[in-house]
Amino acid sequence: MSNWPKPDAATLLEIYRKATLIKQNDEHVIKQMMAGKLVMPYYSPRGQEIIPSAISVSLDDDDYICTIYRGIHDMLAKGFPLDEMWAELAGKVTGTCKGKGGPMHLTCPEKGMMVTTGIVGSSMPIATGLGWAAKLDGRNRVSVANFGDGATNIGAFHESMNMAAVWKLPVIFLCQNNHYAEHTAPEYSRAIDRISDRAAAYGMPGVTVDGNDPDEMYGAAKVAIERARAGEGPTLIEAMTFRFNGHIFGEAGHYMDKSIYAEAQTKDPMPILRARLLSEGIATEADLVAIEKEVDSRIVAAIEAAMAADFPDVAELKRDVFAEEIA
Amino acid sequence: MTDTITASDAQASAASQGVEPKKMTMVDAINLALHDAMDADPKVLVLGEDVADAQDGGVMGVTKGLSTRFGVDRVKSTPISEQAIIGAAIGAAVGGYKPVAEIMLMNFIAVPMDMIFNHAAKLRFMSGGQTGVPMVIRTMTGSGFSTGGQHSDYLEAWFAHMAGIKVVAPSTPDDAYGLMRAAIDDPDPVLFIENMPSYWTPAPVTKQAIPIGKARVAREGSDVTIIGHSLMVTLSLAVADKLAAEGVSVEVVDLRTISPWDRQAVIASVRKTGRAVVAHEAVKQFGIGAEIASVITEELWGELKGPVQRVGAAYCAVPFSKPLEQAFAPSADTIEAAVRKALA
Repeated sequence: MSNWPKPDAATLLEIYRKATLIKQNDEHVIKQMMAGKLVMPYYSPRGQEIIPSAISVSLDDDDYICTIYRGIHDMLAKGFPLDEMWAELAGKVTGTCKGKGGPMHLTCPEKGMMVTTGIVGSSMPIATGLGWAAKLDGRNRVSVANFGDGATNIGAFHESMNMAAVWKLPVIFLCQNNHYAEHTAPEYSRAIDRISDRAAAYGMPGVTVDGNDPDEMYGAAKVAIERARAGEGPTLIEAMTFRFNGHIFGEAGHYMDKSIYAEAQTKDPMPILRARLLSEGIATEADLVAIEKEVDSRIVAAIEAAMAADFPDVAELKRDVFAEEIA
Repeated sequence: MTDTITASDAQASAASQGVEPKKMTMVDAINLALHDAMDADPKVLVLGEDVADAQDGGVMGVTKGLSTRFGVDRVKSTPISEQAIIGAAIGAAVGGYKPVAEIMLMNFIAVPMDMIFNHAAKLRFMSGGQTGVPMVIRTMTGSGFSTGGQHSDYLEAWFAHMAGIKVVAPSTPDDAYGLMRAAIDDPDPVLFIENMPSYWTPAPVTKQAIPIGKARVAREGSDVTIIGHSLMVTLSLAVADKLAAEGVSVEVVDLRTISPWDRQAVIASVRKTGRAVVAHEAVKQFGIGAEIASVITEELWGELKGPVQRVGAAYCAVPFSKPLEQAFAPSADTIEAAVRKALA
C-alpha cells in the first residue's frame, strides 16, 4: 500500500469538491423530505462520501458504473447532471428517466451510469456484462460494480466475481462496507472479518482499505483501474466506512451499537478532509467556503427547477415498455 | 386478418423464387439462424453453459460450430452460473451488443429470475428509454423424456405476465429460423422457447423473416379454432386431420409469439368459426389459455357458439413414471376431447 499512487493537491481538492456535493445534496434531500416536498424511499450515503469521490477522479465518462439504491453518492461523484437528478427524485418529466425510475433507478448513460438497481447484489452480474462489452470494444474502459457488505452474501456476488476472473474482465468490484446490512451487524452474517479475503477464492486481488481516507481509497482504486485497463482482470476492493443515517430515511437505527456509532462519528471523513486541506495548505478557508457556496447554489437551482417542472403524462405508461410504443 | 401469414404463403414465397426449401431439423435451423445472425452483425454474441465447441457446441449441439467460426471472444462457454449468465448478457446488451444467452433448460430459468424480471424486462422503462436490453434468452423444455419434476416444465405464463419481455415459441424449423433472426434483431429482450421433442423432425426451411407478434394460420377450417404454440400445434394438426375424416373442419392458429400475442388473428379466426380451444403444455391453471379465453369471451360474447375450452397440464409437478407423465401433459387425445366438447 505504501507504493500506491497518492492524490496530488489538485486531486485532493477535487475529491473534496465531489464529497461536498454529496454531503450537501444529502442534507438538501433530507430537508425536502422533512418538508414533505419529496416523497420517496431514500437511502442516505452520509458518511460514505470519500469512496466514490476518490475513485471517480480516475474514471472517465466512458467508464461504466452500476450502483444500488444507496448510490446517489456514486452518481454525483461520477458527474450525474444535478438538474436531471433532482427532477427525477421529484418524479418530474424533466428527470433523467422522465420520472419513471425514481431514486433507485437513476440512469445516465452519457456519463457511464448504466444501471442502478434496487435489488441487493444485482449490480454485480450486470457490471460483469458491461466489463465484457468493454473488453470486446477494446477501448480500455472499465466497469465498476458498487455494492454494500450485505450483498457479498448473495450468490450473484460469487457468480460474478468468478466469471469476471475467468474471463479476465476489466471490472472493479467495489464493496462499500458500511458495517450494517440493513439492520444486521456482520457477526450475524459472516464468519470472516475481511470481505476482501473472498477474492482469493476467485483468483483475483482483494484489498481492504479505509474508505474514508482519500489517500488509501484513491491509491487502491487507481491500482485496480490500471490493472483492469491493462487487461489483467478484476479486483475486489473492500472500502471500510460507516453510514450515519440508518438504512432508510425515517428509521432511527435502534439496532446500531452505540459505541460503534460514536467511534464512527469520530472518523466522519468530511471534517477530517476539510481540516487536512487547510493544515496542508492545499486550500484556504476562503477557498473551501467558496466551493461549499458554489455547490449549494447549484443544488438549490436544481431543486427550484425540479419543483417547477411538470409531472409526466399518463401516456408514459405505454412508452418504454418496449422500444415501440404499445397500443 | 390480411397481414396474418399462412404456411402456404411461406412455401409460395420460396417456390416463387424457384428454390426448393431445404429440409432441416429445428436444431439445425436454430444453428443456421445463429450462424447467419453472427455473420450479419459482429455485435451478436452467444453465451451459456457448454455452448462453445470445446464443450461440444451445446448439450444438444444447437450452438455447434459457432465458436470455431466466430471465435471464443464472441461465443463463450460459461460457468454454471445462471445469474451471471443473464447478468452478463444484460450488461453486454446495455453496452451495445446483442447477446444470445442460453439457459439450458427452462426450469433453470428460475435461478436468474431476478436478472430477467427486475432488470432485463424493466431497464428500458425504468430508465425512461435511455437504456434498452436487446438480448435473447434461448431455453429448451418439453415433457416426454422421463426427466421428472425439474427438467421439462413450460413456464411461458410467468414471462407473458411480465411487462417488457417478449416470448416466442416456434413449432416448426422454418419458424424457429425466422423467429430467431427476428428475436436477435429485436431491440428488446426476447425469451425463445425451444420444444425438445420437436428438435429432430425435419421440415422445409425457407429462411424468411418472421415478425414477432404475428400468428400463423397453420391450417384453415370453419367449425372450430384450436389456438396453441410449440408442440401443441403439431398435435392439433394431427387432431384436425383425424376430425376432417368425420367432416369436422378444424382451424389451427399457431401463436408463434406468446407475448405480445396476435389478438387480431385469434379473434378473426374465432369470429369465423364461433368455437375455440386453447391448448398449452403448461399447467392449465392460470396458464396463458386463461388470458386468451378471457379476451375471446370479452371480444366475441354473443357470437360464440359455446364456452372456450382450455387444454393444459395437470396441476402437479411433471411426474417421472411413464404412464403418469403421459397423463400429465396434453396429448392429441386430450385436445380432440376438448374440440368435441367445444362442438357439442
